[in-house]
Amino acid sequence: MSKSAVDVPFQGGFNFDLCRRNDMLSKKGVKPPSYRKTGTTIVGLIFQDGVILGADTRATEGPIVCDKNCEKIHYMAPNIYCCGAGTAADTEAVTDMVSSQLQLHRYHTGRESRVVTALTLLKKHLFNYQGYVQAALVLGGVDCTGPHLHTIYPHGSTDTLPFATMGSGSLAAMAIFESKYKEGLTKDEGIKLVVEAICSGIFNDLGSGSNVDVCVITKGHKEYLRNHLLPNPRTYVSPKGYSFPKKTEVLLTKITPLKEKVEIIEAGEAMEE
Amino acid sequence: MDLNMNDLNQPHSMGTTIIGVTYNGGVVLGADSRTSTGVYVANRASDKITQLTDNVYICRSGSAADSQTVSDYVRYFLHQHTIQLGEPATVKVAANLVRLLSYNNKNILQTGVIVGGWDKYEGGKIYGIPLGGTIIEQPFAIGGSGSSYLYGFFDQVWREGMTREEAEQLVVKAVSLAIARDGASGGVVRTVTINSEGVTRKFYPGDKLPLWHEELEPQNSLLDILKHPGPEPMNI
Repeated sequence: MSKSAVDVPFQGGFNFDLCRRNDMLSKKGVKPPSYRKTGTTIVGLIFQDGVILGADTRATEGPIVCDKNCEKIHYMAPNIYCCGAGTAADTEAVTDMVSSQLQLHRYHTGRESRVVTALTLLKKHLFNYQGYVQAALVLGGVDCTGPHLHTIYPHGSTDTLPFATMGSGSLAAMAIFESKYKEGLTKDEGIKLVVEAICSGIFNDLGSGSNVDVCVITKGHKEYLRNHLLPNPRTYVSPKGYSFPKKTEVLLTKITPLKEKVEIIEAGEAMEE
Repeated sequence: MDLNMNDLNQPHSMGTTIIGVTYNGGVVLGADSRTSTGVYVANRASDKITQLTDNVYICRSGSAADSQTVSDYVRYFLHQHTIQLGEPATVKVAANLVRLLSYNNKNILQTGVIVGGWDKYEGGKIYGIPLGGTIIEQPFAIGGSGSSYLYGFFDQVWREGMTREEAEQLVVKAVSLAIARDGASGGVVRTVTINSEGVTRKFYPGDKLPLWHEELEPQNSLLDILKHPGPEPMNI
């Protein structure tokens, strides 16, 4: 990269400086780390009092399960939660960013956040990055205008639906919803249906697995049921226990407590200008 | 699993059939309701007829993200324009705002739309704005992947000065014909009628639409099919 006469300040957007280095490394045979994706089954549905969101808890790096119990239901606002599928870093970053923007907006307006506000902030951001921020989201919440459920795709398009599924397990979960969903479900029926849909994803999709997380949002109240169902417990534990062969021999153990270098002044005076 | 993942990462596009026709007194806009990602139907009941102002609506086709973003921007500009003008925006202005965004960003956008509405100066008007950003005022316009199957149909059936009922029937018939032949169109038929009195939205569920050549009655269960076995195998 040629150095320009005046250094342009870092503007924002993607920085491609390391592409040449990566190219050189891959030519030398160094494989790039694979992205941590959330293979995922995420769902949402609207029931008579509000919205229920559900997600599995498996995070994958290529063919390996790197996290058996990750959290895919992200907090956006006290009354709005968002499930994320796709590249884990992208879903985390985009939901955190919009969550802070919503908090600032709440301070500005003095009102509870609306789901359409979160929706517009997310879709604007994703559209601007033309699909390179790979985050597919199910956004749900209850605000003064009622319960809302939206899906947001990586390219920035959105849909508003009474029930929705996203992620690699979405086809399995959608099959459950399409056959069993009806309007005006009670809370227990809704939770049962969501759990069934997520389990369908967990057992029939290789990219989803482990446990079921559920989040119920109603007017003025929310219940985040982390690990609501654990259908994949570790069934066999060897009774002999595990002993790892000793590799490094310990020759000497000596513990030296550090001396206090900083004096702590008690009850000092308050700082003054 | 890999095949599925690739498919679901396809951009969300609306296969679509969209139609706009004028009649004496206003316009009727119609669309199907299928949004697909690759071969998976992401939304079987989407609403492709979006409001720009009280009297102007837009039928969207092509990339869902692009058409939603363009509609959002145009709604915002039209809102400002209405405030500054002091009266409802004309259909021509709305269509031209869409055209400016489509033309000036033609390298990035992939969306073809039909803008239709009613204003007091020109009455009911339809403007087609396909890929690339041309604007063309037409008595009727068709768009989307399903429109290929409708060119001949409209050439034969279209006439000026239809009544409101005739125009609505025409739009529903046309969309349902396109749904029958185009894999990327399906679901329900939505229509929006705009005239001097206001806006009326209508909804025709998929199973209420007429059946065309070789289409079967919807079956409720496998048992029904067993009761009435299918046609005899062909003998050459």
